[in-house]
Amino acid sequence: MLRLYEGIIEAFRLILAFDPALLEIVLLSLRVSVIAIFISTLLGVPLGTLLGLKPEKRTRLINKIIFTFMGMPPVVAGLIIYLILSRQGPLGVLGLLYTPSAMIIAQVFLATPIVTGLTMVGIRAKGSEIEELARSLGAGSALAAWTVVKESRIAILGAIITGFSRVVAEVGAVMIVGGNIAGRTRVMTTAIVLETRKGNFELAIGLGIILLLVSFIINSILYNIQRGGKAN
Amino acid sequence: MKKCFAVILCLMLLVVFTGCQPAVSSAPEPAPAPEPTPSTSPGEEPEQELIDDFITLATTTSTYDSGLLDYLNPIFTEKTGLEVRVVSQGTGAALETGSRGDADVLLVHDRTSELRLVEEGAFVDRYDAMYNDFIIVGPADDPAGVKNVASVIDAYNLIADGGFTFVSRGDDSGTHRMEERLWDSAGINPEGQAWYLSIGQGMGDTLNMANEELGYAMTDRGTYVAMKDNLDLVIVLEGDPVLFNQYGVMAVNPDEHPHVKYDYAKMYIDFIMSDEGQNLINSYQVNRETLFFPGYGLE
Repeated sequence: MLRLYEGIIEAFRLILAFDPALLEIVLLSLRVSVIAIFISTLLGVPLGTLLGLKPEKRTRLINKIIFTFMGMPPVVAGLIIYLILSRQGPLGVLGLLYTPSAMIIAQVFLATPIVTGLTMVGIRAKGSEIEELARSLGAGSALAAWTVVKESRIAILGAIITGFSRVVAEVGAVMIVGGNIAGRTRVMTTAIVLETRKGNFELAIGLGIILLLVSFIINSILYNIQRGGKAN
Repeated sequence: MKKCFAVILCLMLLVVFTGCQPAVSSAPEPAPAPEPTPSTSPGEEPEQELIDDFITLATTTSTYDSGLLDYLNPIFTEKTGLEVRVVSQGTGAALETGSRGDADVLLVHDRTSELRLVEEGAFVDRYDAMYNDFIIVGPADDPAGVKNVASVIDAYNLIADGGFTFVSRGDDSGTHRMEERLWDSAGINPEGQAWYLSIGQGMGDTLNMANEELGYAMTDRGTYVAMKDNLDLVIVLEGDPVLFNQYGVMAVNPDEHPHVKYDYAKMYIDFIMSDEGQNLINSYQVNRETLFFPGYGLE
């Protein structure tokens, strides 16, 4: 228990000390996760909308595949991306392994099925009704789809928040494809693993608390956007 | 439907709790000299009673990944009945685990820290169990020309001067601590240099990254030999006396942590230090190379 208490003290000490090395780690975590979730949103929301508007019978197999990929173990995702980006792999020439780009790719791979799947579920909940209504009012199919997205934005934001939570907390994949290189690809989660393995439990807990605080801030922003959506 | 769910939940909890039971009940047991038979004295056949219990061994990734423990521990278990549960970590974490009383016995390699911790009373019964050596590996074409020099100091200077990629464990392990000491004696501070990749991971991960990045790395011979088939890296420097690496075995001090199974830990230490144990260490080979040599290696 003493360790946990010391960890909380350590977290505040770290925040107040404003250590540049720590700031770098926090910013890289945010940069990688935010870019990854942005790309996953661009891919997942249109795909999820498309699938959600199709009759359930015709997308059964795709649904099952997407739901399976939502539960993809991060280590497996990391390994797949590693093998693709490795020197002997098909995209080895790009030299992306052990860079933040590789970490973003792995996280997109993890988050896109989540955003897609949850968007699809949200759209399916009332999408066809809205689409019919929009069409009956004379909207084309593109405009009708846009209306559905607008009306389902709470569910879609929920999908994005879930995807973001997944990537910001994820350690297995970024460890493998990023390599946890100090000053280059070290993020909060891999730093926590490292400090735990070094036996610096207070520092590890301190970093964990900071990670939770950062997540809380991001989620508060998204939550406020979502509530704004509800109020309208 | 709700009822059914509740029943399932109860069943799951039941499984979890009963599953934990043996560990929970046996862990805090002080084991007050239940069968304090010191293991094999050379003369008599070890026809002792088998003990239905386990000990926790905190050790380094190198002993575990090399397969040595998978070779030694079953023989110990066969002789005593004691199961050995291995927690493999960096030496820094293993020492911390032991100091906290979360293990019974340690097999680690940071002689200076070990002796200090014994003096401070965290551990007892420390012996020099075995040793191996470190090597420096690098790309086959050896761009820094490390093959032309015989000392680590010269090698590190060549790598640093040319700015060639060097991958470091960076995890406060025994290997990392030794690597740091050698950089120090070379008068170089590699921390933060663009060519110096400090990755905070295990030996295998470090070799994989050196392989990918066409860089150099310092490794224990065991891990390299075990992974050689999957690596393009070659040995560019070996045999410098400073690359010698001593392992120690020691028990967690029962005066500090009354719940540790000191008697069983002592049996494990006796086994490792017995003629049989030392011979077993010497006879263990991977890819036809001996990885660990018994006893104390420094002259």
